[in-house]
Amino acid sequence: MKFLKNTFYFLTIISFTISISCSKRLDLEPAIGLSSIDVYKDADNYVNVLAKLYAGMSLSGLHGPSGNPDIAGIDEGFSQYIRVLWNLQDLPTDNAICRWNDVGIPEMCKMEWSADNSFVKAMYSRIYYQIPIANVFIKETSDESMSEKGFSNEEQEELRMYRAEARFLRALSYYHAMDLFGNVPFVDETSPIGVFLPEQIQRADLFSWIESELKAIENILMTASAAPYGRASQSACHALLAKMFLNAEVYTGTEKNQDCITYSQKIIDNGSFSLDDQYAHVFMADNHTSPEIIFPVVFDGQYTQTWGGTTFLICASIGSLMDASDYGMNNGWNGLRTTPTFVNTFSDSSLDSRWMFQADSNQTLEIDILTNCPDTSGYLIGKFSNLDQNGNPGSHAQLQHADADFPMFRLADVYLMIAEASLRNGDQATALTYVNMVRERAYGNTNFNLSSVSLDDILEERGKELFWECTRRTDLIRFNKFTGSDLLWSFKGGEINGADVPQYRDLYPLPTYDIVNNINLVQNSGY
Amino acid sequence: MYLRHINKLILLTIVLFSENIYSQYSLSGKIIDNSGEPVIGASVFLKESSSGSSSDINGQYSIQNIEKGNYNLTISVVGFKTISESLTIQSNTVKDFTMTEDALLLNEAVVIGYGTARTKDITGSAVLISDKDFNKGSVTTPEQLIMGKIPGVKINSNNGAPGSGSRIRIRGGTSINASNDPLIVIDGVPLDNGGIDGAANPLNLINPNDIASFVVLKDASATAIYGSRGANGVILITTKRGNGVDNKLKVQFTTNNSLSTIAKYATPLTADQYRDVINEFGTANQIDELGDSSTDWQKQIYRNAYINENNLSISGGIKNLPYRFSFGSKHEEGLLKRHKLDRYSASLNLSPSFLDDHLKLDVNTRYVQTDNFFADQSAIWSANGFDPTLPVYSGDTSYGGYYEFLYSAGGQAGNPIPLAIRNPLGLIMQKDDISNVSRFIGNAKLTYKAHFMPELKAVINVGTDVASSNGSVTIPIQAASSFQQGGYFSEYKMDKSNQLIDGFLNYSNSEKAKKHRIDVTTGYSFQEWSTLRPAYAKFNIAGDTLNPPGIPTDTKNALLSFYGRSIYSFNDKYVVTATLRRDGSSRFSPESRWGVFPSFSAAWIISEESFLKNSELLTYLKARGGYGVTGQQDIYADYPYIANYQQGSVTAQYLFGNQYFTTLRPDGYDYSIQWETTSSTNLGLDFGILNDRISGSFDYYKKETSDLLATVPVVAGTNFTNQLLTNVGSMTNEGVEMNLNFGLINSNSTKLDLGLNGTYNKNLITGLTAVPDTSSIGIQVGDVGGFGNTAQIHTVGYSTFTYFLYEANYDSDGNPIEDQFTDFNNDSIVNIDDRVRSGNPNPKWFFGLNLNLEHKRWYTGFSMRAEVGGYVYNNVAAQSGNFQSGNSTFNTGNIHSSFLETEFLGKSFEQSVNSYYLEKSDFLRMDYFTLGYNFGNQLSDKFRMNAALVINNVFVLSNYSGMDPEVVGGIDNTIYPRPRIFSLNLTFDF
Repeated sequence: MKFLKNTFYFLTIISFTISISCSKRLDLEPAIGLSSIDVYKDADNYVNVLAKLYAGMSLSGLHGPSGNPDIAGIDEGFSQYIRVLWNLQDLPTDNAICRWNDVGIPEMCKMEWSADNSFVKAMYSRIYYQIPIANVFIKETSDESMSEKGFSNEEQEELRMYRAEARFLRALSYYHAMDLFGNVPFVDETSPIGVFLPEQIQRADLFSWIESELKAIENILMTASAAPYGRASQSACHALLAKMFLNAEVYTGTEKNQDCITYSQKIIDNGSFSLDDQYAHVFMADNHTSPEIIFPVVFDGQYTQTWGGTTFLICASIGSLMDASDYGMNNGWNGLRTTPTFVNTFSDSSLDSRWMFQADSNQTLEIDILTNCPDTSGYLIGKFSNLDQNGNPGSHAQLQHADADFPMFRLADVYLMIAEASLRNGDQATALTYVNMVRERAYGNTNFNLSSVSLDDILEERGKELFWECTRRTDLIRFNKFTGSDLLWSFKGGEINGADVPQYRDLYPLPTYDIVNNINLVQNSGY
Repeated sequence: MYLRHINKLILLTIVLFSENIYSQYSLSGKIIDNSGEPVIGASVFLKESSSGSSSDINGQYSIQNIEKGNYNLTISVVGFKTISESLTIQSNTVKDFTMTEDALLLNEAVVIGYGTARTKDITGSAVLISDKDFNKGSVTTPEQLIMGKIPGVKINSNNGAPGSGSRIRIRGGTSINASNDPLIVIDGVPLDNGGIDGAANPLNLINPNDIASFVVLKDASATAIYGSRGANGVILITTKRGNGVDNKLKVQFTTNNSLSTIAKYATPLTADQYRDVINEFGTANQIDELGDSSTDWQKQIYRNAYINENNLSISGGIKNLPYRFSFGSKHEEGLLKRHKLDRYSASLNLSPSFLDDHLKLDVNTRYVQTDNFFADQSAIWSANGFDPTLPVYSGDTSYGGYYEFLYSAGGQAGNPIPLAIRNPLGLIMQKDDISNVSRFIGNAKLTYKAHFMPELKAVINVGTDVASSNGSVTIPIQAASSFQQGGYFSEYKMDKSNQLIDGFLNYSNSEKAKKHRIDVTTGYSFQEWSTLRPAYAKFNIAGDTLNPPGIPTDTKNALLSFYGRSIYSFNDKYVVTATLRRDGSSRFSPESRWGVFPSFSAAWIISEESFLKNSELLTYLKARGGYGVTGQQDIYADYPYIANYQQGSVTAQYLFGNQYFTTLRPDGYDYSIQWETTSSTNLGLDFGILNDRISGSFDYYKKETSDLLATVPVVAGTNFTNQLLTNVGSMTNEGVEMNLNFGLINSNSTKLDLGLNGTYNKNLITGLTAVPDTSSIGIQVGDVGGFGNTAQIHTVGYSTFTYFLYEANYDSDGNPIEDQFTDFNNDSIVNIDDRVRSGNPNPKWFFGLNLNLEHKRWYTGFSMRAEVGGYVYNNVAAQSGNFQSGNSTFNTGNIHSSFLETEFLGKSFEQSVNSYYLEKSDFLRMDYFTLGYNFGNQLSDKFRMNAALVINNVFVLSNYSGMDPEVVGGIDNTIYPRPRIFSLNLTFDF
């Protein structure tokens, strides 16, 4: 008996010893990647995290063009930021039609989306992917946090700049949230990661918050001439502020046209930007050399590959009558068309260099069926291109991914914003000057300058200048023409020639999955 | 005459000599069973002389060199009641024995995890199936051997591809997102359930022919000893060993040759139906494009396939070293053209004993290598959608000669339209998807029986499971599918390993004790898994990089455990068992990683009580009950609690100025994630009636799982992802199992056995959000189209994977009305609030029926399974049973034949998830039918031969309109068809 007892004690000791040495073997860490603590304690890593914050708008995951996606539950190409933004901002307008039969697309064209629509969900998921990753970065780059980590003064200076840029990117995504969804969940760098329910912020309050954020970083950001290409400059900040103020009445009920003028003026006075001589160049493979782009979303055929972004805009536009090699790609996806309503705003066809429609004698202007319409139905558009201004194709060996960057903010937009805000304030002269500058560039001469300009003229000009640049829906809403029956276009409301659409559709619904999971959220009315 | 006398003289001399000089005798005889058949391999053992023999193929045994004296003789063999006798040897003795079958295997030593127990001492729910009861015919993965045999254990093959394995569920799945698979342990080595790249299923790397028995542990009191992995049940596999007692060489060779044919085709429109439909509904263009052919695309891609399998096993003993060596080869063709699986396996078992049986070593090693050629399964989808009026070949030499959709005009004229449907035969013939997978599973177990106290044993078990695979995909330049990029080449590689060390002490007085039997085990276990997967670039045939390498995988996890068990049995009548296990897992944070899993159970062998002991009617009655807590930590992620940042690849960089920077991205994580815990109760009754002619058991169980792991949509803004694996809820599984075995006829020449089992299982979600919210509708799952359109939902108060569909409306003829669904809340919008929860894919009842008839040398038998109460969603019909789905942007294609009934023209979001396509999946299936003849040694006295004809997948009876009602997961996307296999199996024993 004693022997047994002794043996047991002995063995318990052995197993205890083994267990001590072995329980450390349960503290395993991933071999691939870095833990959060390891990332942030080294100042050299911050630029790479910042790169992801920017790349959240151009890449869809960790591996281009697809693989290891950021967002689950949707085809990776469909989930790319610019692509899904375009699907929500241009596809439901007079600018564009898509003939694909993928579930969710006809609903966008007909303005019949539900709270379950995959593109609505994807955009929302993308925005709320950008915001938390920016929040963490902003928290880690606060002054106290940096001092704790013992960074040098030089390092802190540089990181402070990154912090301002991260705040800009976060503000940009919140701007999209405010514009598309209205009253949305709000989280910032003080919010936890994990299990909690964010509060819903009202649209007007979100407007004030974005305004205060942008004004706080305005003077920290680099000036346009100092900022490396691709990074947010002070002028980008001004451009976002100008856009917000132009639409202030929609967001808050109070107009702020004077502020729009102030900030547009700052960009113009800066002098770093000028209108590109050639309109088409702003959308070409080498548009990083265009003097007009204030803030781009960068793509590259070799290093920043995606199935969304400009690759999507180019390939999806290429229909059977177009030659893909004319656009520097090796094939087309035959998806996008435009409406007769939009084509008809160009009365002087090919004299305007923005008339980029593709149609031969076989092509009908009218589109009779929406989904899988014949190749000869509807005019196509060839705006973005993977050729540079010398006609050379982009850098991807098989020409499947485009080099062209997406112009998020550009000078022509600022000119038209200051024109509109001035006109709304009663200043015809300023408005006319800027509208004519845009027209001169488009026509190549002054022969088509206007002698007077009305608000409707400005809306029309914005349509001809900025089509397919993710701004049309916002513009139409400001003019009360997105919903309602003032302006009709093919398949609006599900009818061939367009029909009235109820006003609640000026806002997208919060996706069902979040309404269901977060009891703090109230759905937009009508849904 | 003279000779005769001399013979007698010689004989007499020999006899006299042997009597006087040697004084050693022999004991020999014949051992037969109740029907007069020889019992082979019975071990005849004389305790006092430590000598023995095993009966040969004629049932003859012979023990030599026995000294005069009294002996205790035991004769034992699996499946028969052990004979214990005392006898006296004082001359050469001939003694025959008749053994009676032990239907209940009451004295069988059953492996129960870290030890063995006698069947009668088992207080939990554990079922033993040995090789004589295995399913017959063409079997590639081990679980197919016991399909339909055990109540509570539902096994459905995944599909008909070679080696694709099955889904195994024991007493309902307890998880939503963690694995629902049971833990599988081979010879004491728990396997990693995760997949191996390049293998259709990791279990096809185990040769079923090497398996001697399965023990399935179903309830917590049996599985709690496996702690954090026991929640879904445990399957213990024991492989065949060499013979213990004598050194006789046994050789067995089996050869199976089979023909595999398709049982049922899918139903797209035929060429004539397609012509009619296009003529009626199509545009002028589409009518123009109709071809003149009548192609049955499915017949183009499928074939009759051939399967050949040979197994050779050699077992015996060299001195004190029993061994078994086996070698097997299997060549299995799939129904899709070019699809094949070649498997070579070898195994070696050594079980020597030393120090007078005090030290036993058990070494098991098995090595399997497979060469796979995977046919392109997208050809199945393509065959359903390719225009049947078009010819197979274009008449041209381009694109391999196959008819493909090409651009007719413009700069790309003559080139394949990239996103159009591809020629199904072209896909099969122009893609080489090959892999080479090898797996080694081995263990060495040392058992030391203490000299000073033979009741005490110390065991150390060291095991390893190492798998390694590599493969590649090559598509030639001329193939239309990769024409744009100049062909395609990619490769992959994976290395997985798991290492185990177990050590335990066992005290058991069962050999000596009669009244109080105690069995105590206490031990420790450490197991570590690792997976390594390098990243490779993708190239075209010319060698240009199409895509640089992505992100590699290098991941590990470990489990540290302490366990103990004690079994106390009083008078062979009352048994109590208690187990306890403490597990620590590296997958969870230090605060959450340790768990304690206890269990307690008891049994009362009522038939041993005086009032039943001599009953003629009720020969065996045992009541048992138990309660235990187990866990589930197979979550497909090794570091879910760590905030980790990953680097983007070369093609995911961002430009600042004129320099590209790598992106660093945070992954979503949940710091407090932990395993699921299941506590379960089991009550059971085992019985034997009329001398065990009728035997069986009933079980009632209830399992409650909490901290359910599920991938749920993240509340927007709270994490670095939109879907996260986290603990979100609770569910219950409750049910009854019944098992009845009838020995209907048991005479000298005829035996008829019937086995029937049935299970009722009800699954219910009882809680489902991280942040409790009673108004939440649940988690939508069951993807039907890839754009977030889902057909199922997990909701509190319903079963998992409940169908969640729009309710179709019907006209007065009973036909569904297109795009019209019931607006239940009358708010003029048909949206998610109008979806209806209906059935779910899990059947309420499932049954198995096994019949075996032997008459003289003939034998026949079959095994059937039935499932009742489940539903299947005919997604092929839902997605392609409408005119619009044939109108792809890039080509016109075929649609599902349900269009002829529904005439649905469009395909809206709601129409894709439509109650019209939900059907009952009730079915009755005969898994195998066999007819055989046991030649014995009629053909030659050098070997015994057995021949059998087996048909697998004999028939399926069901009302389902789709191809096969047995769809794992319930959403039918046209699976790789299950073949009907006709085999001729020959077994030779030497």
